[in-house]
Amino acid sequence: MTEPIPLLALADLFPRGILPYALGGLLVGLGASIIYLSTGVIAGASTFLESTLSYVSDIDRFNRFTYLQSRGWRFAFTAGIVSGAAIWGLVLDPGIWTTEVQWWRLLGGGFLVGIGTRLGKGCTSGHGVCGVGSLSNTSIVNVATFMTFAIGTAQVVAALGVSP
Amino acid sequence: MSTTERSPLFLPAIYLGGIVFGLGLAISGMARPEVVLDFLQFDDFGLLFVMGGAAVVTGIVFFVATTFLDRAPLTGDEYKRRVKSFDRNVVIGGSIFGVGWGLSGICPGAAYASFGVGNYPILWAIAGMFLGAYAQGYWRSSRSDDTAGQSAERATSQD
Repeated sequence: MTEPIPLLALADLFPRGILPYALGGLLVGLGASIIYLSTGVIAGASTFLESTLSYVSDIDRFNRFTYLQSRGWRFAFTAGIVSGAAIWGLVLDPGIWTTEVQWWRLLGGGFLVGIGTRLGKGCTSGHGVCGVGSLSNTSIVNVATFMTFAIGTAQVVAALGVSP
Repeated sequence: MSTTERSPLFLPAIYLGGIVFGLGLAISGMARPEVVLDFLQFDDFGLLFVMGGAAVVTGIVFFVATTFLDRAPLTGDEYKRRVKSFDRNVVIGGSIFGVGWGLSGICPGAAYASFGVGNYPILWAIAGMFLGAYAQGYWRSSRSDDTAGQSAERATSQD
């Protein structure tokens, strides 16, 4: 009844509401769970980068047994992610949307993401969703680390006046 | 996991899970770098519900499966938790990933989903990720050759 101030604060914290975020998060968890319960596979999105490079590169690192053995399903997983998002973009919320974030940020940031996720043994899905869901200390440390550096970087870039 | 025991439904199950996963990423807004950057700049905290919500679901499912269930039906594999060994690369890699995520606003799974919703400029990020993964693989492979010496060379020639 006497909540105007907390409600206002809530709207400040969540200007887009929380429904799409919570629903999306539940579906991400559900997708990982479908894979886990049916196959026992713990899905992560970034190993795909290395296992797929094994198709075109002779470098030892990419041709390890675990990558050669998993590159097929990792390709299927990524194809599923693209397809599921396409269902959203084509059917459920049709319309062309493209990012305004500048190309050099995407390319340079992507390059660091490629290095960092592979060196650090996982990304937002492997460590963030499955590792944290497993209460793995390694994953919790990794997530705390990448969150801290991501927040710092984004704040510095914004403070330098780069937008978007 | 032994490839020979896999059910023909193995790849379809992975693909189906991927579809639900990708749909979730699209709905959540994580496929949009702008939404991620808003979170990292403290303008919109909604992203906490994406990773948090997903981790709660997998946490419950992992707990139930490892405690009460035996083996996955399509592979015959035991249910395990995701526990990786800790070393300094976990922190170094996490730091580099964090700088990249903060600069671009995109992570691997969300990048694939972003391409799926038709955001073609995300190909810059996906190209960058492959280049970065290649660079670290190249560097680490050449480095392990140096330290392991001739035995590594013999191992290389078998590949």
